[in-house]
Amino acid sequence: MLDLLRDLDFFHLDELLTDEERMARDTAKRFVDREIIPQIEHHFANETFPMHLVPQMAELGMFGANLKGYGCAGMNNVAYGLIMQELEAGDSGLRSFASVQSALSMYAIYANGSEEQKQRYLPEMAKGKLIGCFGLTEPDHGSDPGGMETRARRDGDGWILNGTKRWITNGSIADVAIVWAKVEEGITGFLVEKGTPGFSTRDIHGKFSMRASITSELILEDVRIPRTAHLEKARGLKGPLGCLTQARYGIAWGAIGAARSCFHCALDYTKSRKQFSRPLAGYQLVQAKLVRMLTEITKAQMVCLRLAHLKDQGKMRPEHVSFAKRNNVNEALKIARDARDMLGANGIVNEYPVIRHMLNLETVNTYEGTFDVHTLILGRDITGENAFE
Amino acid sequence: MKILVPIKRVPDPATTIRVLPDGTGIATDNVKWVINPFCEIAIEEALRIKEKQTGEVILVTVGQSTWQEQLRTGLAMGADRAILVKTDAALDSLAIAKILAKIAGDEKPDLIILGKQAIDDDANQVGQMVAEMLGWPQATFASKIEIAADKISVMREVDGGLETIAFKIPAVITADLRLNEPRYASLPGIMKARKKELKEIAADSLGVDLAPKLKVKTLAAPPKRQGGRKVASAQEMVSLLHTEAKVI
Ligand SMILES: Cc1cc2nc3c(=O)[nH]c(=O)nc-3n(C[C@H](O)[C@H](O)[C@H](O)COP(=O)(O)OP(=O)(O)OC[C@H]3O[C@@H](n4cnc5c(N)ncnc54)[C@H](O)[C@@H]3O)c2cc1C
Ligand SMILES: Cc1cc2nc3c(=O)[nH]c(=O)nc-3n(C[C@H](O)[C@H](O)[C@H](O)COP(=O)(O)OP(=O)(O)OC[C@H]3O[C@@H](n4cnc5c(N)ncnc54)[C@H](O)[C@@H]3O)c2cc1C
Repeated sequence: MLDLLRDLDFFHLDELLTDEERMARDTAKRFVDREIIPQIEHHFANETFPMHLVPQMAELGMFGANLKGYGCAGMNNVAYGLIMQELEAGDSGLRSFASVQSALSMYAIYANGSEEQKQRYLPEMAKGKLIGCFGLTEPDHGSDPGGMETRARRDGDGWILNGTKRWITNGSIADVAIVWAKVEEGITGFLVEKGTPGFSTRDIHGKFSMRASITSELILEDVRIPRTAHLEKARGLKGPLGCLTQARYGIAWGAIGAARSCFHCALDYTKSRKQFSRPLAGYQLVQAKLVRMLTEITKAQMVCLRLAHLKDQGKMRPEHVSFAKRNNVNEALKIARDARDMLGANGIVNEYPVIRHMLNLETVNTYEGTFDVHTLILGRDITGENAFE
Repeated sequence: MKILVPIKRVPDPATTIRVLPDGTGIATDNVKWVINPFCEIAIEEALRIKEKQTGEVILVTVGQSTWQEQLRTGLAMGADRAILVKTDAALDSLAIAKILAKIAGDEKPDLIILGKQAIDDDANQVGQMVAEMLGWPQATFASKIEIAADKISVMREVDGGLETIAFKIPAVITADLRLNEPRYASLPGIMKARKKELKEIAADSLGVDLAPKLKVKTLAAPPKRQGGRKVASAQEMVSLLHTEAKVI
């Protein structure tokens, strides 16, 4: 019999990891066990983000962990993915924070910024002293960001921005917002600092998902920013999409963490809860569910590890990431729903992490390209036919 | 201050241990290995002493080449360099202590800090043996360490209370659970560890007699907990405690 209660490694994938990758994973796992698990339900219940953990996460090197230089840890993509997996085993909201800070905001500057912009923002963001957010989605444009209505127009030496971004993770707690807007030549990016006149935020409440994460609206009314706040290298939709590829990569890993947490909980619960004559785990229907969970988690781990190696070798295509994000998040969501069911009435209370993961994964399924949007990306890739429009 | 910290690789305390059917050892497939938690506390304490003063923290372990992983973790926590005394043999506490005494003779540390025991075989012997071999003072089960120049005072957890003892360096200290809470190996720390020295020495090149004095005959899992039984009255309970359990 396997000892799956703590680590789920059916195919000994650990042996494919380097010492450094394992260490990074173990650090993240310990951090989550000690600092996040004990208090996450409180934050989820109260719709708060555990801001006090940010300095510690920064000290551990979790922000921009796979970027080189500028005070970043410079780890490879396997280690980075494993960290995301462990964070999301804690809570998707925490992983979202790290993703938005690292893969969206820092990466946007890293890939599209001038040397001065990188020097100014990246080291402080790695230290967690500056928080970033990434404003792409708008009230009327989600899956179709190319239709965005936010506009920037030249004004003397600088720019004037107008528009509204919605569903922006970390929006109101961010010191700098990456705002994507249309100019005459197409889509490009701008750095809008907190406190800039005309720039305000409003938090979105009433969420049933990602409650331990801040989600906001960004309102830009004649916001004047200097020329130096323009991410000049970002030209066209591939600017933001390049960032999304990075974040989706981390999400594909993260989903495994949430699924694993649900699996462990369901396994543990059904082994100890007796109904009728036996522990629930002794019934075929329950075993079938557990086996499906184990199978899908193991497959997801394999996809991610291969994806990481492709990424480290510079061979990863965005379609590979779509495959992994689409599959892993969807399977994680199904696993969470099954686990919720297997816990019976206990599955609806926050004494167990399952319903929280389940609710969070609804967001993860939607953001960074919905399940169906990734289906369309892959469909286009294999048929050559564009089914979006 | 130069501090030598011997560490041991053990199964993760959260792992369920299964004894092999023939009783020769434990099943090691699917076991996750970690630094012995008490050794980790020893590393942390050494790092704190180094950070308060200056000095060097040197890790040493005696084992197979895979044990490098735990040395690297210690280096990632902040230790300066590491020594792997390589052997494929399963050595007993005495042989380990002899090797460590030899390494201490070469390295000449001011302090040796070890875990009070390893959570695998719980022998609780190596620190004491090393101190004896070196003829150094020893403080076991340390829960607080204070250092002023070459004087050290250690608060020890003993049966029924706390004892504080003072002595001079060089000395041997073994760490108890409440000494500190070990830090995480940070990601930048992990990257830095890559460039730190990890020296390998063959155990049989040290000229130390490693022949085991202790033989593990067999391992057995603790008996499975039996399900309880309901009794009808307090009276019956008392009588069963007397006649069956024979505890009163
Ligand atoms: C908690 C949370 C945090 C978020 N954080 C951020 C953030 O930090 N930054 C940011 O920019 N955005 C963020 N988002 C927004 C997220 O990226 C969008 O919600 C997502 O892109 C989907 O857009 P939408 O909500 O407008 O849905 P829509 O695009 O309106 O989609 C609705 C449904 O229609 C389907 N659909 C869309 N187009 C097609 C088509 N052509 N064919 C078939 N079906 C289609 C979709 O698959 C989906 O099922 C966040 C969202 C949430 C919930
Ligand atoms: C909000 C709420 C309100 C409620 N209100 C009431 C009420 O007013 N009155 C009342 O009496 N009860 C009430 N209940 C209890 C409810 O009826 C039980 O939760 C339900 O019967 C399931 O029982 P359980 O929670 O013990 O789950 P369990 O019976 O432990 O089931 C757990 C899982 O195991 C599966 N399972 C069970 N047995 C088998 C088997 N033999 N083979 C395979 N799979 C099996 C189940 O399908 C489920 O997936 C309420 C529950 C909730 C959540």
